[in-house]
Amino acid sequence: MTGVDIWIDSIISGLLLGLVYGLAAIGLNLIWGVMKVINLSHGAFIALGMITIWLLYTSFGVFPYAGILVVLLIGLILGIITYFSALHRVINAPELSTLLSTFSVSLIIIGFGTFIFKTNPKALDFSMGAIEIGSIVILGTKVATGVISILFTALLYVFLYKTRMGKAIRAVSMNRTAAELMGINSNITLALSFGIGISLAMVAGALIATIFPFTILSGGGYELKSFVICVLGGLGSPLGALVGGLTLGLIENIVTLQIPTSYVPVLEFALLVVILVLKPTGLLGGK
Amino acid sequence: MRQNLFDISLIWLLLVLIVMTLIPPLTNSITMREEFFLMMQYIALAASLNIILGYAGYVSFGHIVYYGIGGYVAFSLMYFYNIHLIPAMIAGGIVCAIIALLLGEAVLRLRGAYFAIATIGVNEAVKALVNNLEFLGGSAGLFFNFKIYQQYGGAGSAIWLAYYLMAILAMVVIVVNYLIKKSKFGLGLMSIREDEDAAIVLGIDTRKYKSLAYMLSAFFPGMVGAIFFFKNGNIEPVNAFHLLKSIEMIFMVVLGGFGTVTGPFLGSILYERIRGILLVNPLFKDLHMAVAGIILLFLILFMPAGIIGYLRDKFSVLRRYIE
Repeated sequence: MTGVDIWIDSIISGLLLGLVYGLAAIGLNLIWGVMKVINLSHGAFIALGMITIWLLYTSFGVFPYAGILVVLLIGLILGIITYFSALHRVINAPELSTLLSTFSVSLIIIGFGTFIFKTNPKALDFSMGAIEIGSIVILGTKVATGVISILFTALLYVFLYKTRMGKAIRAVSMNRTAAELMGINSNITLALSFGIGISLAMVAGALIATIFPFTILSGGGYELKSFVICVLGGLGSPLGALVGGLTLGLIENIVTLQIPTSYVPVLEFALLVVILVLKPTGLLGGK
Repeated sequence: MRQNLFDISLIWLLLVLIVMTLIPPLTNSITMREEFFLMMQYIALAASLNIILGYAGYVSFGHIVYYGIGGYVAFSLMYFYNIHLIPAMIAGGIVCAIIALLLGEAVLRLRGAYFAIATIGVNEAVKALVNNLEFLGGSAGLFFNFKIYQQYGGAGSAIWLAYYLMAILAMVVIVVNYLIKKSKFGLGLMSIREDEDAAIVLGIDTRKYKSLAYMLSAFFPGMVGAIFFFKNGNIEPVNAFHLLKSIEMIFMVVLGGFGTVTGPFLGSILYERIRGILLVNPLFKDLHMAVAGIILLFLILFMPAGIIGYLRDKFSVLRRYIE
């Protein structure tokens, strides 16, 4: 491969990976935007999505991209159950309570998960072929992942901006009291947004599982990445997450051409702190 | 308010701590020493975190970063220059306090969850950085040569020294917690916790107060890290900057009752016991994380003020005795 090809290859991989990173972070950002809760169970649900798609594929022979719809549904239900059992009572309490209650959910999921599935690495063993352009080879699974991520992001956008329920979610995120006065049932709205956030996290997990091997503990790393992405794109803005995801994907793939891979996390987390302090609205945010 | 030092709630706490400290040397039990060492470490860590988390209400989620930094500073001083544990430990604490002062200037401007995320970011950034520093051993970390324990009279006495230092540290942190709570400084911090804007309006220099509280709560974990890794004999980034340990600290503070002096003390002891029981019980051994999660969830949902907070709320007679 020539020098230019390596760059093009890195940019394409970065963008495709960035799309799925973005999808993973959108769930976190939606939940933060609507209910001002930092969901520390985010990583656990990403891992649960990985495990679910793996179970569907190995035990029931469901084709992974079809299995994603099942994962979406399971995520929605689990999210709503989690909201009512772990969050509803403390939704108006100081942030320490919601941080700890979502973290305890994470402990419960990871705890039972390690018990049942152990921590040995798993991988989805299937192939989607590859696309070759000159000397650049892109795996079919990566392309499919990118396309599906765009699709889900677009669906979320349509849902939030074109449907009654989506508008209710946006109203609650802007001003919960005012939304309640307008006759919006905020309990149902909050539960639904949490459910959507969780289902997107699980779908992202399932998609990541089609590219990389994973264990039940893999979610933690993606959760931290999601934090960085949300801060890059602006906390609370679902579309900002996509921009943040693309940025992070590009950073990971391009910067490693110049500096050792092990320095990437240093850069990512330093960026997280610096942006939080200097520009908490994110790179795209106004003032 | 000058006779505060002789207040009953502090006296019984210190008495319990002294008795606890003396049990292992008197019974000459190694198992007891290990268990009490862990308890003292938990008490010192939880009570330090209580200053910024309990009093000022700032959720420092990555607080373990100071434990790791203090550990690394002291460990390298002992490793490269063969410096004695006590000065090395103090150096570790001071470096942490200075870093907290500088970092605090930036991150303490953030509020609520933003602050929490920033502290997670700081911890992860430092962990990743140390992973890359070759002179600190990178991801493999550093290992003591056995000879280093010679100046303490062998490994055996070195461990006893670490034990006593940890016990003293735990007592000092408890006393500091108490003094802060009873001072104007403490009242200022608590007013920040309840309503920061109102505190500013009332003329409290919140920036200075928060900065000082953050420095204090970073200083002691730095020393705890120094003692722990001295006793441990090796230090590696995964152990020094483990986010789960940060959450353990928060759990202990919340379990006991945040913003109280007895709370972090009781929370630490209970946590150590719960952890011990869960890890040895054959039924729960593999499920200890899940069980800990369920306990934490119930605690947050039904007893958010912690055990001490609950007791003080229900039985007002007790308020004189538990602070």
